[in-house]
Amino acid sequence: MSETAERVKKIVVEHLGVEADKVTEDASFIDDLGADSLDIVELVMAFEEEFGVEIPDDAAEKIGTVKDAINYIETNKG
Amino acid sequence: MMFDLSGMTALVTGASGGLGSAIAAALAGQGARVALSGTRVEALEQVAGGLAGDPVLLPCNLSDSAAVDALVPQAVAALGGKLDILVNNAGITRDNLAMRMKDEEWSQVIQVNLEAAFRLIRAAAKPMMKARFGRIVSITSVVGVTGNPGQANYAASKAGLIGMSKALAQELASRSITVNCVAPGFIASPMTDALNETQTGAILAKIPAGALGQGGDIGAAVAYLASREAGYVTGQTLHVNGGMAMI
Repeated sequence: MSETAERVKKIVVEHLGVEADKVTEDASFIDDLGADSLDIVELVMAFEEEFGVEIPDDAAEKIGTVKDAINYIETNKG
Repeated sequence: MMFDLSGMTALVTGASGGLGSAIAAALAGQGARVALSGTRVEALEQVAGGLAGDPVLLPCNLSDSAAVDALVPQAVAALGGKLDILVNNAGITRDNLAMRMKDEEWSQVIQVNLEAAFRLIRAAAKPMMKARFGRIVSITSVVGVTGNPGQANYAASKAGLIGMSKALAQELASRSITVNCVAPGFIASPMTDALNETQTGAILAKIPAGALGQGGDIGAAVAYLASREAGYVTGQTLHVNGGMAMI
């Protein structure tokens, strides 16, 4: 697993209070991890802070799974 | 002490005006550190001079969207990295009968009274969500609920604040952020001082309490809603009007 993936998963576990083994790359934040829309906003804020990336609203809307988040960050981080 | 705000920080818009300065004084009196925003720097300095707790001055023109968007980050930085309380108090009037109302009289009032409040809340929600605590209070008006001839724009903006606050209260409640309104009735101000006896008498006849409200009455209501004790009160409008409208 990449370093980015590890850090993303750590943030998800902390923010959503879910078991680490549930945070698979295919897990959907809303359907599998019990996040609501406000949780997604907070996760995006946390990712922006952790990785120093800007995640604009239209990109944030497309982030549905853990893998989507990791891919976006790996593509866009400085 | 109940309603103790010590250790908390607050941003008050329209703080150079009568109501705004009374609200700032009430919050500072309960121990909050207050950032005062307004357009008139000299008046802000005067208000700050009478306040406890090392107030901060942040001049801002709320009809300038970019300046509005910058205001909350400026306040957070000036207040030591956190914002617990936002009071949207700034408001303007451009009274006219609707049939004579010009486009800009409508849009200026909506922009300053409603849109600026939305922009400030949107910005303040971010640090408040992180902190898992926040108190947002918007100063609306009795006319936002009852209407008033000659004030279609103002009444719409004030009713808008009430509806917007209810939506935001639902969005943010799970993060311990409350969003409420205070609706003053007739409050003593330079404007009411200028009325003649007949005009004042006509107003007082509609107020069961038989007197105009004072700025401190509004400040106390805001201080309550800003307190930790009011944490279970959200999406509400607290009417402070001496009984002139019971809604």
